[in-house]
Amino acid sequence: MAPGEGRPDDTGGPHPVNGRRSELTLTVNGTRHTLTLDHRTTVLDLLREHLGLTGAKKGCDHGQCGACTVLVEGRRANSCLLLAVAHDGRRITTVEGLADGERLHPLQEAFLDRDALQCGYCTPGQICSAVGVLAEAADGFPSLVTPDTARSGAPVALTADEIRERMSGNLCRCGAYPRIVEAVADAAATGAAVTGAGVTGG
Amino acid sequence: MSHDPVPERTASPELSHQYEQGRPPSPDRPTPHLAPAAPLPHPLGAPSVRREGREKVTGAARYAAEYTPPGCAYAWPVPATVARGRITALDTAAALALPGVIAVLTHENAPRLASMGDPTLALLQEDRVPHRGWYVALAVADTLEAARDAAEAVHVGYATEPHDVRITADHPGLYVPEEVFGGPGARERGDFDAAFAAAPATVDVAYTVPPLHNHPMEPHAATAQWTDGHLTVHDSSQGATRVCEDLAALFKLGTDEITVVSEHVGGGFGAKGTPRPQVVLAAMAARHTGRPVKLALPRRQLPGVVGHRAPTLHRVRIGAGHDGVITALAHEIVTHTSTVTEFVEQAAIPARMMYTSPHSRTVHRLAALDVPTPSWMRAPGEAPGMYALESALDELAVVLDIDPVELRIRNDPATEPDTGRPFSSRHLVECLRVGAERFGWLPRDPRPAVRRRGDLLLGTGVAAATYPVQISETEAEAHAAADGGYRIRVNATDIGTGARTVLTQIAAAVLGAPEDRVQVDIGSSDLPPAVLAGGSAGTASWGWAVHKACTSLLARLRAHHGPLPAEGITVTEDTRQETAEPSPYARHAFGAVFAEVEVDTRTGEVRVRRLLGQYAAGRILNPRTARSQFVGGMIMGLGMALMEDSALDPVFGDFTACDLAAYHIPACADVPAVEAHWLDEEDPHLNPMGSKGIGEIGIVGTPAAIGNAVWHAIGARLRDLPLTPDRTLAALAAPLT
Amino acid sequence: MRPFGYLRVASVDEAVRAAAGQPGAQFLAGGTNLVDLMKLGVEAPRTLIDIGRLPLDRVEELPDGGLRIGALVRNADLAAVPAVRDRYPVLSQALLAGASGQLRNTATTGGNLLQRTRCGYFQDVSKPCNKREPGTGCPAREGAHRDLAVLGHSAHCVATQPSDMAVALAALDATVCLHGPEGERTVPATEFHRLPGDSPERDTEIRLGELLTAVELPPARPGARSRYRKARDRASFAFALASVAAVLTVRDGTVEHAALAFGGLAHRPWRARAAEAVLRGAPATEEHFARAADAELAAAAPLRDNGFKVPLARALAVGVLTDLAGRAAHG
Repeated sequence: MAPGEGRPDDTGGPHPVNGRRSELTLTVNGTRHTLTLDHRTTVLDLLREHLGLTGAKKGCDHGQCGACTVLVEGRRANSCLLLAVAHDGRRITTVEGLADGERLHPLQEAFLDRDALQCGYCTPGQICSAVGVLAEAADGFPSLVTPDTARSGAPVALTADEIRERMSGNLCRCGAYPRIVEAVADAAATGAAVTGAGVTGG
Repeated sequence: MSHDPVPERTASPELSHQYEQGRPPSPDRPTPHLAPAAPLPHPLGAPSVRREGREKVTGAARYAAEYTPPGCAYAWPVPATVARGRITALDTAAALALPGVIAVLTHENAPRLASMGDPTLALLQEDRVPHRGWYVALAVADTLEAARDAAEAVHVGYATEPHDVRITADHPGLYVPEEVFGGPGARERGDFDAAFAAAPATVDVAYTVPPLHNHPMEPHAATAQWTDGHLTVHDSSQGATRVCEDLAALFKLGTDEITVVSEHVGGGFGAKGTPRPQVVLAAMAARHTGRPVKLALPRRQLPGVVGHRAPTLHRVRIGAGHDGVITALAHEIVTHTSTVTEFVEQAAIPARMMYTSPHSRTVHRLAALDVPTPSWMRAPGEAPGMYALESALDELAVVLDIDPVELRIRNDPATEPDTGRPFSSRHLVECLRVGAERFGWLPRDPRPAVRRRGDLLLGTGVAAATYPVQISETEAEAHAAADGGYRIRVNATDIGTGARTVLTQIAAAVLGAPEDRVQVDIGSSDLPPAVLAGGSAGTASWGWAVHKACTSLLARLRAHHGPLPAEGITVTEDTRQETAEPSPYARHAFGAVFAEVEVDTRTGEVRVRRLLGQYAAGRILNPRTARSQFVGGMIMGLGMALMEDSALDPVFGDFTACDLAAYHIPACADVPAVEAHWLDEEDPHLNPMGSKGIGEIGIVGTPAAIGNAVWHAIGARLRDLPLTPDRTLAALAAPLT
Repeated sequence: MRPFGYLRVASVDEAVRAAAGQPGAQFLAGGTNLVDLMKLGVEAPRTLIDIGRLPLDRVEELPDGGLRIGALVRNADLAAVPAVRDRYPVLSQALLAGASGQLRNTATTGGNLLQRTRCGYFQDVSKPCNKREPGTGCPAREGAHRDLAVLGHSAHCVATQPSDMAVALAALDATVCLHGPEGERTVPATEFHRLPGDSPERDTEIRLGELLTAVELPPARPGARSRYRKARDRASFAFALASVAAVLTVRDGTVEHAALAFGGLAHRPWRARAAEAVLRGAPATEEHFARAADAELAAAAPLRDNGFKVPLARALAVGVLTDLAGRAAHG
C-alpha cells in the first residue's frame, strides 16, 4: 500500500473550455464519460445530476454524514467534497456498479439478509463504505481501535468494535447500526466481498 | 403524529378468525385466487423481507430530488439573517446578472398563495420576518451551482426589531394552551397540593431537554412540474394526501389537478409529517418560471424551517407512601412555540395515565418567541415527558430504597386513572419482569458509584415506555386480476418503516394468497387517500383499510362464478365508520428499557454498554422490520440522552448546532448491541390485525434508562440533557448527592 | 460558491509560480476542508491550483533516522505506514482519531495542518467574525463557545485549531517544510500555528503563495513511548473537546524526557513547556503528572461555558502519562 502506487496515469489534465468550465473524462462503473463541467461541480453532483446515477446520496453536502460515499480508485471517499474537475482520469465506483448483473454484491446481500436498512437513504453510502472497509482491513490499514500489538501491515480482523469504528463515517438516523455491523461481519466472514465486483469491477 | 383521539370500533370476530387460520375459508370452486396449491405460511407475523430492499441496496430506489424532468431548473433558498423584523430592501440584480440564473422569487414577485391552516407555508407572501432562517427569497437557475451562487448574491435589507428566543420557567409570556392532545392544557384530578404535603416520601425535581432536530438523512426535497395546468411533485413527505390537499388550498386547485408522489422517503421522524416549505417553493418556482424545478433544502437550513422538538423545562413532584404507592403526582412543563403558529410539545401527557395517582396535576405552559416553529419529532410529548417522569420515578426509588422495577410494578393502575376506562391491554408489569430477567437486572447492588473498573464506573438503569394507540380514516382499493394476481392501492408512505411489506402481508393474509402474488402501490396522491405516516398509526390505519378492502374483495370473489372478467374485480373500502366511534378502552403500547453504561471518570465520557427494550405492542406483524423500528427508536433515544444538543443563540436567534458536525447524532461506534423483545400480546380491541404502533415507543424511556444508569454509575443525578462530558465532569467533581 | 478557474500543475515550482501570478489563487489538494468552506462562502478563490498529483505523496526515511512525510500523503496512508505506527504511534493514533475513514482517505498531511477552525461563527458568513472578516468582532466570546479556546485566546478570537494530527506533530518536534517564491524554509511544528492576538485572520506562519511541501519528523527517541488520547461528545467522528499527545521516556522510575501537547484548547496545538519542565527529572508518578498538568493549565482563562476543558485536559494528560509510565515499567 505504498502511497502513490496504483494511481492511473494522468490524462494530461482536463481541457479548459473557458475560465470556469473544462472538458474532462471519468470512468464510472467501468464506463468512460467525457463531459464539459462547471469547475464547481462535485463528483456527487456529477453523478446525480449529469449521469443520472442517484445511488450516491446527498445527506449533508459537507462531508459530515457519509451518504455520498463512493469508491475512487477502489478507496472510499465522500464524493460531495470532491471536485469533478480534479478527478479527471479517475475511476469511480458507485453503488450501482457493485452488483454483477442480477447477482448482488455480497455486501448488498448481507444488508438485505440482516435488514440493515430502513429508509434506505444512507444505505448506498454504507455499502460503498463497507466495501472500502473490507479492503482496508485486508490491506492492513489500522483503525483507532486496532490493538497496538497488531503487526503493522498485517490484515486486521474485523471484530464488531473494528466495524463500528470504521463505519462511523456513515451516519444512519433510522438507527440500523446493529444490523449494519452484523451485515458487514457476515460479508467479512465469507471473504468473498473483498475480491467481489466492487473494488476491481469499476 | 397527530394526537387527535380518533377512536375505532373493535374488530369483528370473523375477520380475526379468518386470518388466524393462515388461509381463507375453503373455496367452493377453484379459481386462480381461491386455490392455493398448499397451505401457506401465515403472512401476519412472518419476517418477510422488505419489498423495496433490493432497490435500496442497489441504489435504484429514487427519492424526491432524484427525478430530473427535461429542462429541469434548480432552486436554492435564501434564509433571513435577522431574528425579527421586516424586509426593507431587496436587490436581486446581481443575482439575476449571473450566468444561468432564471429568476429570483421574493415576496414582491412570487405567485400569491391562498391563506390556509398552516401559516408556516405562507412563503414569500409578505415582508415580515418572524424568525432567523425564515425564507425571504428563492433563486432559480439552470444548474445547481448557479442557483447557489445566485442565492448568495441576493441582497436583503431589514428593519430589525428586538427579539427574544430564550425560554425560561418564569418567562412573562407564558400561557396555558387551550387544548393539548384533545384535552385541556392544564388539568387536575383530586387535590395534589394537599396530598403532596401529606406524603411521607417525596421528590421535587426539575429536568431540562434542549431543542432537538429530527435530521432525517434525506434533506427535505421536492421536484415540481406544471403540465397543462396539472401540478406534479415528487416530495419528500410522510403523507402525500395531506401535501396534495394543502397544495390544492394554497394554489386554489382541485386535488384532482395535483399529483404528489412520495415513493421513497429518506426518513422523517415527524419532520415531514405535514407539507414543508420545499414543496410549496418548488411549485411556486415551477409556475413562475414555466420550467420543472428541483429544490433540495441545504442541511444547514433545515433547523430553521422544517421544525424541531421544542425545548422543555420540567418540574416533577411525586409523593408516595412508605410502601412506594404514589399518592400525589404533578408534572408541569414549560416550552416555546413560534410567533407564526402554536405548537405544544405535549410532554405532561403521559403522566396522566402512567401510574397510580389519586391526586394528579399536569400543566403545559408555553410562550410564543421569535424562534423557528417547532413541530413533531418522534414521540412528541412522550419522549421528553417520559424522560422527566421516569427519571423522577428513579429518584423516588432511591428515596424509598425500593428497587426501581418493583416501584413501577407497585404503581401499575388497574384502569386509566383519569377516566376509569379499562385498558384494552396493559402489560407494563410483564415487560418490566421479563425485561429484567432477560437483562439480568438482579442481583443489583442499588448503591451508586461502587462498580469501578479502572477509570470506569459502571451502572444500570431502567425506565418504562408508553405510546398511545392512534388510528385514522383511510381508503384502500383491492383488485383481483384475471391472471390470479392482486393489486392493492392505498396512499400509504414508507419512510423506512416497511409499510409496503406489512401491507402486502395483511393483504396476503386476508386473501390467502402468497405474498408474491400481491402488488401494493403506495406513495402517490393519485391513490385512494390515506393518513400520513405518523403517530405510530400508519400500519393500523392503512392496514385496516387494506384488510377491509381485501375482505370485501374476497367476498366478491366467492360470490363470483366462472372465470373473472378481463378487467378483473375491484373494490374500494374506507374506515370512516370504524374510526369515528370512541373506544370504551384506554389503548396504549407499553415497554421497559434497561441500560448499562460506563462513565469514564477522567474524561466524563459516557458510553452505553448494553441496551434492552421489552415491549408489549399488540401483535407484531413483521418481526424483522419491527425489530429494526424498535431498535432504531432506542438508538435515537441514546442520542437524546448522550449527545443531541442544540440551543438558540440569544444574539442571533438561530440554532447554534445547525449541521451534522455540530449536532451530534449517534454514530456506529456509539451503539452497542441493542436488543428489542416483545410479548405476544393479544388485544381484541384495536383493529383487525390486533396491532399497536411501534414507530415511536423505542425513543420513549430510553433516555431515562440511560440517565438512571449514569446516576447508578457515578452517584450524581444529572437532570439536564444531554449527558455530555462537561456535565458529567462537573458532577464527578462535586460531592455525592 | 463563486465560479473559479482551475489549473493543474506538474511541479512544485510550477505551483508556486502559478500562485504568484494569480491573485486570489488557492492550492487544492484533498479539498476536504477547502471545498467545504467554499460551499459555505467562507473561501472564494478565483483560481484553484490543483497540486493533487504532484509527487509529494511519499514517506521517506531521512539519513538521521527521521521521516520525511510528503504534504500529499493521505491521512489514512500515513497512519498505516509501519515506520509511523512502530516509531511514532502518537501520530498514527492522532490521525486515526480524526474525522472518518472516508475523509482520512482523501485528506492530506498538508491540508490537515492547514484546516481552519470549526467555530460556528467563522463558518456562518451572515455573522461577524474577526478571523473571516477582520474588524467585525467576535460573537463567540459571549456566544456559543463551549468547544472553543481556554488558552492563548485574545479579545479578537477564541477559536481552536481542530486538527488532531497537528497535536501529535507538536509533541514530536516535527518541522514543517515550505516552498515559496523566495525558496524553501522550515518552521517548527510548534511555531507553525499562531495565537490569534490581534490578527486572527492568520492561522499559521505560512506566507502568501507558499506551498506546504512536507513535514519532517526527527528520529524517535530510544526508549520513548507515545500516545494520543482525545475526549469527544460521541465515540467517533467528532472533533476533540480536548486531547493530549504525549511522548515519555522513563528510566528507573524517573522521567528522562517528556513532550506533551494539548489539542482542542487553543488556536494552535498547545505544547506544554511548563509541564515538561516540571516533569523532567521528576518521579514518574501520577502525583507528579498532575502537578505538571496543573503547572501548564494555570495559564488557562476559560470562558463562561468551557471551563470544563481545564479539568478535562488535566485528566487526559495525567491518564496518558500514567499509562505510558506504566507501560514503561512493564517493559
